Amino acid sequence: MQGVGAKARRLSRAEPSMHSVSRPVFPFSAIVAQDEMKLALISSAVDPSIGGVLVFGDRGTGKSTAVRALAALLPPMRAVVGCRYLCDPSTEETLCEECSQRAAGGPLKSRLVPVPVVDMPLGVTEDRVVGALDLERALSQGIKAFEPGLLARANRGFLYIDEVNLLEDHLVDLLIDVAASGENLVEREGLSVRHPSRFVLIGSGNPEEGELRPQLLDRFGLSVEVKTPVELAERVEVIKRRDQFERDKSAFVAQWKKRDDDLRRRIVAGRKRLAQIDMADSVLESAAKLCMQLGTDGLRAELTLIRAARALASFEQADTVAVSHLRRVAPSALRHRLRRDPLDESGSSARVARAVHEAFGP
Amino acid sequence: MNPAGDAALVASLFAVDPAGSGGVCLRSLVHPARDQWLRLLRDLLPADAPMRRIPFNIPDGRLLGGLDLTATIKSNRPVAERGVLAAADRGVVVISMAERLTPHTAACINSALDVGEVTLPREGVYIQSSARVGIVALDEGMSDEESVPTSLLDRLAFLLDFNAFSTKALITPEHYGEDILAARGVLPRVRTDPQILAAICGTALALGAGSPRVSLLALRVARAAAALDGRVDLREEDAVLAARLVLAPRATMAPPTQQESPPDGGSSNVADQPTSDQSGRAPDPPPELNSDNSREPAEGQRQDLDNIVLAATQASIPSGLLARLRAVETSRSRRSSGAGRAGALRNSRSRGRPCGVRSGSPRGHERLNVMETLRAAAPWQKLRGRSTQQDSRIVISADDFRVTRYRQRAHTLTIFAVDASGSSALHRLAEAKGAVELLLADCYIRRDQVAVIAFRGRAAEVLLPPTRSLVRAKRSLAELAGGGGTPLAAAIEIAAQLADQSRRRGETPTIVMLTDGRANVARDGTGGREAAQVQALRAAAAVGNSRFASLFVDTSPRPNALGRDLALAMNAQYIPLPLADARALSEMVKSTAAAGGHSAR
Repeated sequence: MQGVGAKARRLSRAEPSMHSVSRPVFPFSAIVAQDEMKLALISSAVDPSIGGVLVFGDRGTGKSTAVRALAALLPPMRAVVGCRYLCDPSTEETLCEECSQRAAGGPLKSRLVPVPVVDMPLGVTEDRVVGALDLERALSQGIKAFEPGLLARANRGFLYIDEVNLLEDHLVDLLIDVAASGENLVEREGLSVRHPSRFVLIGSGNPEEGELRPQLLDRFGLSVEVKTPVELAERVEVIKRRDQFERDKSAFVAQWKKRDDDLRRRIVAGRKRLAQIDMADSVLESAAKLCMQLGTDGLRAELTLIRAARALASFEQADTVAVSHLRRVAPSALRHRLRRDPLDESGSSARVARAVHEAFGP
Repeated sequence: MNPAGDAALVASLFAVDPAGSGGVCLRSLVHPARDQWLRLLRDLLPADAPMRRIPFNIPDGRLLGGLDLTATIKSNRPVAERGVLAAADRGVVVISMAERLTPHTAACINSALDVGEVTLPREGVYIQSSARVGIVALDEGMSDEESVPTSLLDRLAFLLDFNAFSTKALITPEHYGEDILAARGVLPRVRTDPQILAAICGTALALGAGSPRVSLLALRVARAAAALDGRVDLREEDAVLAARLVLAPRATMAPPTQQESPPDGGSSNVADQPTSDQSGRAPDPPPELNSDNSREPAEGQRQDLDNIVLAATQASIPSGLLARLRAVETSRSRRSSGAGRAGALRNSRSRGRPCGVRSGSPRGHERLNVMETLRAAAPWQKLRGRSTQQDSRIVISADDFRVTRYRQRAHTLTIFAVDASGSSALHRLAEAKGAVELLLADCYIRRDQVAVIAFRGRAAEVLLPPTRSLVRAKRSLAELAGGGGTPLAAAIEIAAQLADQSRRRGETPTIVMLTDGRANVARDGTGGREAAQVQALRAAAAVGNSRFASLFVDTSPRPNALGRDLALAMNAQYIPLPLADARALSEMVKSTAAAGGHSAR
């Protein structure tokens, strides 16, 4: 175990980007309105297999705030002690190579760690994303060792990209690959490393500044549109809370702690119940019908729709998934999967709404 | 933009709370007044507050920080170098030629403004440092098309325009360094009044001024104004001032109050006397404006306050702003055409503007970037066996090779859809052909591609697929005979298809329709004016939805509603040919293509 100290040190060097640790974050429950966005983020927290959330919309609508707030909201998870990828001790198949070797020698020690929410800033370099040779050790001791990058740190957690539509192409390529396979392969500087990298991809951006490559678009399970509030009361509330937060961060966080705690409990409960939620065949059929009507490509749309509906039902403590759940998640699950129809002038949200209306009645 | 008279006041308010107010966008050509303003700001800021100037094309490594090459080689361990944003913590960063900032660089600055720190894993080092900076964006844009990225503007409280400033004008400081220091002491204690907050938000909504973030900036400016006055309570005058400085320049609609004094009159006064020395301090709202509300002050006090702020703000909306709004709207809708500003740039191997490096060995036309290669190799020297200081050779392996990436503007394709039907041929076919020929010559000079679609009789056909051959294009046009019906819907659809294909290839398409708009052949080839019109409108709407830059030239002898409706549906610029001879027409097309290309930059 002599290596653990060094690893812990290196990890702690990497720690600062986990916002929850370093500085008070605007509480999730204090975000005004934007219900669709909040629901999508919560759903992806309840069932990470939904596959990420894309938040597209107007400037200054609290996109980044919400994602960063989610980090503080998530309950801690169990991880193998000393593992750089925060492997889950309860599942054997997702362990990294090091952990599976150690697991053969006896049960793994685990500890509770915060769910990583890793920020991928625009200016990041490729080596820091995939991981690279450990500079410090290479320079000081001449040892060739792998230093994990952001993809390693995001394992089992969330990878957040603000302004995802402005991300450099070569980084987008990397992400597309890893997000699909759940594994990061590093072949560089004479290193050959593979490690698990399963993360929930969260992107935000403003569509006016550029569009997203369809391949990357497809990696997001849900997509939501956020709009500037036009109601005076709502806007006043937004500014008021933001102002209060800025003037006394810890007091504001304390003020909302109860609601955040409550929300966290519901997410945890939702996760536990997820496997027990029933889904009637008729609901499955409705989902299929809706997807066919919209002409979405492949099965991904249907799967996401069903998973999201189940996560919602579970979060809301229902026993079975009802059509009403489908209805509510349909816009975010399908909106970004429609083929562009040049003859239809309405936006994709309106088209989904119309199809829902036709499939399930008013 | 604020009249320049506010310049001194803006400098004071900004100096009180640089990070809180985000910054100043200073629209001005190189101008003595601009330098004077920057000097004033320098004097107002505390002596220890850094003020750094950066060029618009600053590389990420300098902006955010990265590996310090020299120090790393010397000390045999990775040494991080702070970027400009971190070095300017608690101070101000001045960006020259900010209208040319790329969306990427702007986004990096935005994120520092949002969280007040730079946290970046870069080049093997982890950089985390606070960066509570205010930005001064020097905008030297000449037209509305050239401006600072809107995402950055959204985070800067103050917009100043010096272009109307007379060169002899002097900016008279309103405060001195000690005032600012005192105000900075008071600022954290300034209380937020809910009524003032509501008034600011209400005004922002009524003016359609920006996102919620802008309202928040206005609130902070109001607090800075109170602090500058040595008060801890927010008053109406603070809100009025903040609304005038922050919200009014962003107004996108006329406020719903009765316009007693037209904005032109009210503001040109201010603009005409930028030299007045008591320029900055908010003139008290004209009393006749706030007593004369068209909306009933039903909610009593708050509503009153709203209206006072609004009325005061309205008086300071710069001249011509409302008239310019439409222009801005169109330019904005055109700007969002195409894949946005980020999309239409194409990465190129060997030509264009350099934009960063990537790893890989130089092949073909790619060029090795020596500096970046050295930087990549530096950390590994010990590992690779360069053990002694005397051995001065640097060991470089293939992994270290870095090549420069370039970007160039995408090629443009101009698609001409020429109506050769009987109705058109009678009037204007010759003229249209003439215009297209002029344009072709122009396209040839710019190495643009052109495609020609002709429609007459039962169907539309691609007469000339996208080409650069001037000769072929000319010949195809010369051979074009007139006569027959007008299958407009088919023509528009084919044009849209061509445009779509071209966009997929990464080019920037522009559609030019030359027709009288009198569709009378439906898509299945049958006659029938009504069905044909409906189909044409739908096809036009599809083009509009796809946001292709387009131009609709109405060739009918008398411009009519048909053409205008189609142009509207296509989101195209509408030009009735009677107003334009061939040469004027060609000028028009050029400007549309340029706008499309520019917006796609």
